[in-house]
Amino acid sequence: MTLVGWLQIVIFFGLLLLVVKPLGAYMARVYGGERTFLTPILRPVERLVFRLAGVKAEEEMDWKRYTLAVLAFSLVGVFFLYILQRVQHLLPLNPMGFGPVAPDLALNTAVSFVTNTNWQAYGGETTMSFLTQMMGLTVQNFLSAAAGMAVLMALIRAFTRHQASTVGNFWVDLTRGTLYIFLPLSFLLALTLVASGVVQTLAPSAVATTLQGGEQVIALGPAASQVAIKHLGTNGGGFFNANAAHPFENPTPLTNLLLMLAETAIPVALTYTFGRMVGNTRQGWAILAAMLVLMVGFTALAYSAEAAGNPRLAALGVNQTASALQPGGNMEGKELRFGIAPSATFATITTGTSSGAINSTHDSFTPLGGLIPLVMMQLGEVAPGGVGSGLYGMLVFVLIAVFVAGLMVGRTPEYLGKKIEPFEMKMAALIILIMPIVVLGLTALAVSLDTARASISNPGPHGFSQVLYAFTSQGNNNGSAFAGLNVNTPFYNLTGALAMFISRFWLIIPTLALAGSLAAKKKVPIGVGTLPTTTPLFIAWLIVVIIIVGALNFLPALALGPVIEHLIMAGV
Amino acid sequence: MMVEGNERKVQNKLRLRLYRRAVNDAFLKLKPRRMLRNPVMFVVEVGSLLTTALWVQALTGHGETPAWFVGAITLWLWFTVLFANFSEALAEGRGKAQAEALRKTRKETQAKKLASLPVDGHKPVNFTLTASTLLHQDDLFLVEAGDILPADGEVVVGIASVDESAVTGESAPVIRESGGDRSAVTGGTRLLSDWLVVRVSADPGHGFLDRMISLVEGAKRTKTPNEIALDILLASFTIIFLVVCMTLLPFSLFSVRTAGQGAPITITVLVALLVCLIPTTIGGLLSAIGIAGMDRLIQRNVIALSGRAVEAAGDVDVLLLDKTGTITLGNRQAVEFLPVGGVTELELAEAAQLASLADETPEGRSIVVLAKEKHNLRGRIVSASPEYPEGMHFIPFSAQTRMSGVDFDHTRIRKGAPDTMLAFMETAGKSAPADLRSLIDRIARSGGTPLVVTHNDVPLGVIHLKDIVKGGLNERFSQLRRMGIKTVMITGDNPLTAAAIAAEAGVDDFLAQATPENKLRLIRQYQGEGRLVAMTGDGTNDAPALAQADVAVAMNTGTQPAREAANMIDLESNPTKLIEIVEIGKQLLMTRGALTTFSIANDVAKYFAIIPAAFASTYPQLGVLNFMRLATPESAILSAVIFNALIIVALIPLALKGVPYRAVGASQLFRDNLLIYGLGGLVAPFLGIKMIDLLLIALRLV
Repeated sequence: MTLVGWLQIVIFFGLLLLVVKPLGAYMARVYGGERTFLTPILRPVERLVFRLAGVKAEEEMDWKRYTLAVLAFSLVGVFFLYILQRVQHLLPLNPMGFGPVAPDLALNTAVSFVTNTNWQAYGGETTMSFLTQMMGLTVQNFLSAAAGMAVLMALIRAFTRHQASTVGNFWVDLTRGTLYIFLPLSFLLALTLVASGVVQTLAPSAVATTLQGGEQVIALGPAASQVAIKHLGTNGGGFFNANAAHPFENPTPLTNLLLMLAETAIPVALTYTFGRMVGNTRQGWAILAAMLVLMVGFTALAYSAEAAGNPRLAALGVNQTASALQPGGNMEGKELRFGIAPSATFATITTGTSSGAINSTHDSFTPLGGLIPLVMMQLGEVAPGGVGSGLYGMLVFVLIAVFVAGLMVGRTPEYLGKKIEPFEMKMAALIILIMPIVVLGLTALAVSLDTARASISNPGPHGFSQVLYAFTSQGNNNGSAFAGLNVNTPFYNLTGALAMFISRFWLIIPTLALAGSLAAKKKVPIGVGTLPTTTPLFIAWLIVVIIIVGALNFLPALALGPVIEHLIMAGV
Repeated sequence: MMVEGNERKVQNKLRLRLYRRAVNDAFLKLKPRRMLRNPVMFVVEVGSLLTTALWVQALTGHGETPAWFVGAITLWLWFTVLFANFSEALAEGRGKAQAEALRKTRKETQAKKLASLPVDGHKPVNFTLTASTLLHQDDLFLVEAGDILPADGEVVVGIASVDESAVTGESAPVIRESGGDRSAVTGGTRLLSDWLVVRVSADPGHGFLDRMISLVEGAKRTKTPNEIALDILLASFTIIFLVVCMTLLPFSLFSVRTAGQGAPITITVLVALLVCLIPTTIGGLLSAIGIAGMDRLIQRNVIALSGRAVEAAGDVDVLLLDKTGTITLGNRQAVEFLPVGGVTELELAEAAQLASLADETPEGRSIVVLAKEKHNLRGRIVSASPEYPEGMHFIPFSAQTRMSGVDFDHTRIRKGAPDTMLAFMETAGKSAPADLRSLIDRIARSGGTPLVVTHNDVPLGVIHLKDIVKGGLNERFSQLRRMGIKTVMITGDNPLTAAAIAAEAGVDDFLAQATPENKLRLIRQYQGEGRLVAMTGDGTNDAPALAQADVAVAMNTGTQPAREAANMIDLESNPTKLIEIVEIGKQLLMTRGALTTFSIANDVAKYFAIIPAAFASTYPQLGVLNFMRLATPESAILSAVIFNALIIVALIPLALKGVPYRAVGASQLFRDNLLIYGLGGLVAPFLGIKMIDLLLIALRLV
């Protein structure tokens, strides 16, 4: 561990905190339909979109209509993206002449991008035409992100309303999120990336002669426009197979910092948006504090695990300490231009958000270093989670924390003036139940089948970690890959698609049902008998609840994967 | 001393019987259909059945692990189920004993049925003897001294003293009379004096006593919303752990294959792990907590007609309290004589005393007492005497005249409320002097009640009656304020008087000149703001407000409509009971929350005990996680299971007594309980499991 390494971590989190308030306040204005500095330019566009789509902006929906709208919109997205991949060889903008994508892979990819997972069982530069990348994948990068934000807005509104039957209009929320938030930010970021060296071209791959005289194909394409939204929308699906480790996606340490900020900024700033919309910004800060403790804590753990290196190598007399001439620690699978601290930070926040972009190979991390991304996902993608989905997942944990804590102070538990009763607990229970069932169930299935076991590249507990990671990533709509596991097989493509589909939509339905039920409730005034939800004690309690629920679910599985691998490696 | 010793012996005997019956019931409750009501414990029972089968298999020599180990695990799993059942049975036991005692009083009696209402209020002589079970609603019956009331009803004619100890446990007799707020009588109680004509208000089998029996027995206990919400949370934890344990088998098979050594995890260990992980502590005690909460109310002589109301009591934000009887002593007392014009204080006191001599109301008596204390005026002979040869003729208070007084020797003394007296003087052609009006005003402003005294229609002055605020209330109300509960005093007094008393008692707000309508409006207004309102009442005019309030406590002495509108009945008729009810409601929720936290926190230690043991043969390196240094894999797993079973027994007293409630803010309560039950729950099993492990090894049981 080096001072510079720690400084890089501190600077990242420091910059992140700076954007919370301005960005959060801006988003609150956007979703509240208030005037922003972009209104003069974008309001006419917005009106035009509504007129063309026949959307009545002032007409609100109840939770059932809202849910139907989300589901119908997403299903159409899956269908369109599937067809596009299947017929890409017949369509223009395919300079490399790629054939149609195989049905199981096309289905996996379609579900993956519509669910904001962006799990990739393919290599972008060798599978997808430019048209598919731009018209299919990039479009879903925007829309799946905006849909997640819309669901969150419905839930937040539910907390602010008193005996209301509606939670907002999905089409309006979807349009405003895309138009006012994702488009302008992506535009700015894409330009910055291009200026830093990220490619943006429709030209086919370049062929170069290497110094040894060999021939090298250098893949090119319209990358910058996709990379920007890939991070801003916590999508994470790379243009190139190597994702953010590829020099044409993430060329410099500065772009690395920018991309990390891009994928964390919105999920984190949404806590402020939440606080403003419910009329008490301290509630937002409290949730942010819980998220930050988890993010910073696990980043530090990941960094120290990676910087410590491999004891087996140390036993062989290899010097793994950092010095002016070497980074020290475990550099396997990491880019030299980033180094250990930014790679460990990237790994932690890409799994903490539902981004899943990678700038290093998690498979090559030390067992404990690789445990961190696994745990970040297994906590339920709430620290800070995906755009929208992270905060609505976190609010479910808050409800559970408030429920148990509220009982302990002798009152029917209430959060923001809304009583938590059987229906809310039922929905919250569904939400926390589905993820471990999907992840553990599919992992168990995979390790029991010969065909699925054949995909494992490493023997021993590491092989188990690979399978566990694959389903943890898809079951949490993260999309990052541990690598090492050959997932482009019908088994993994189909089970993966199932995992991603269930984890996205079977959580959205109870979340919106929760919104409907909360909106219909009275708002109880807050008194001294009410449990305060902004104190350090409550924040600590919330963190404990998140960790306990996650740990109880996954401790045995982790013990048989990274934990035992670490113990064996350490020679216990 | 002897008597006390005997009493203790009797009590011990009773307790022993209670325990014996609870043990018996614990086995009876093993019926799977009954267990289904409690998903957590149902899973334990199914697990126990499974390991029992495995044990039988092991005995035949084909088992997965040694028979003694499966047998020991099985035994303790069954204990876990039985301990949980025992806690429920024990909680029910007290109610059942009480129900039995009540049932004895509900003997079949002969009723003296009447064909029609007696004329002129005379005691009827013609009645037919009928069995009490044949009495129906609106039938009339007669009871005389010594009779047991055959059914619930409303007194139509008569006044009598009744021994209600069978229902209330209170041995002092109470007065029941027709009209007014003390007209309800309960079947099973005994008339001590006089006679009553009663109209039946409940069909046989639906009387107050019947309802009470089924309530204390817990036969009709339905789960409250909060209990259901917690059940859902516990069930979802159970499902999660079911998935965790079920997937552990393929994980283990894969690990054995890839590690190339050891044996896969056994079903016995998986079941043991599952039972240790699912929240059995709270799951096992949940129903006992609920029953014990109701029981605590019954011990304080409050019958809750629904569990929902008890829970709602914990959430109450606003308490509506009747001034009379709750905040002030039931009666006002004279504290001053204030003469007007040229009248001396002595003259006024004399007149006031004379006017009150026959006045048996507490106010009237207090005037006589004050006159004696201040001016040494003795009581006088009321009949003909040398002083007043014609004797005194007393005018009792009547609703028409709204004044009382005395006539003698061409003298007319009257006393009454100011507005009545002023009107009375006006009709007599006398006008009230200005100083009288200002005196009246002053007294009213100070929270007192002025009574004007006139001598032959000329005002002599004013008696100052004062409400006496009960001692210690101020402290109580500030305690409530700290709990976040607002107190509102309800009174029929004018706003001036009400404000003064409210300030003296320390309530947060008051409603003066209360009528049934504006009481109802006030409750609706609070509820509209999202607050939960509790109130007490006894009169018929309280009934609408009681029906509207979220927590409504009727006095047992109250009228039938009031008792029907309420969701709780206070047998002692003590209006300040509401505060205790709130505390019991809070305790109920707190106990559930505390034990849930404790139960979940326990899992951490259990993981550390079982996971290294379960995979000891495949990955011996996991032994590092065995912080507790438990001796062998078998002793580790067995210790965890034993701890898990014993902790239920250890926490039964807490579940029955409830987590103590203190009137401090929510933040502090949360911090304290988190420290005790959260941190305690984390640490306790580490110590407990280690101790059991040491014991097992020392006794060479493993």
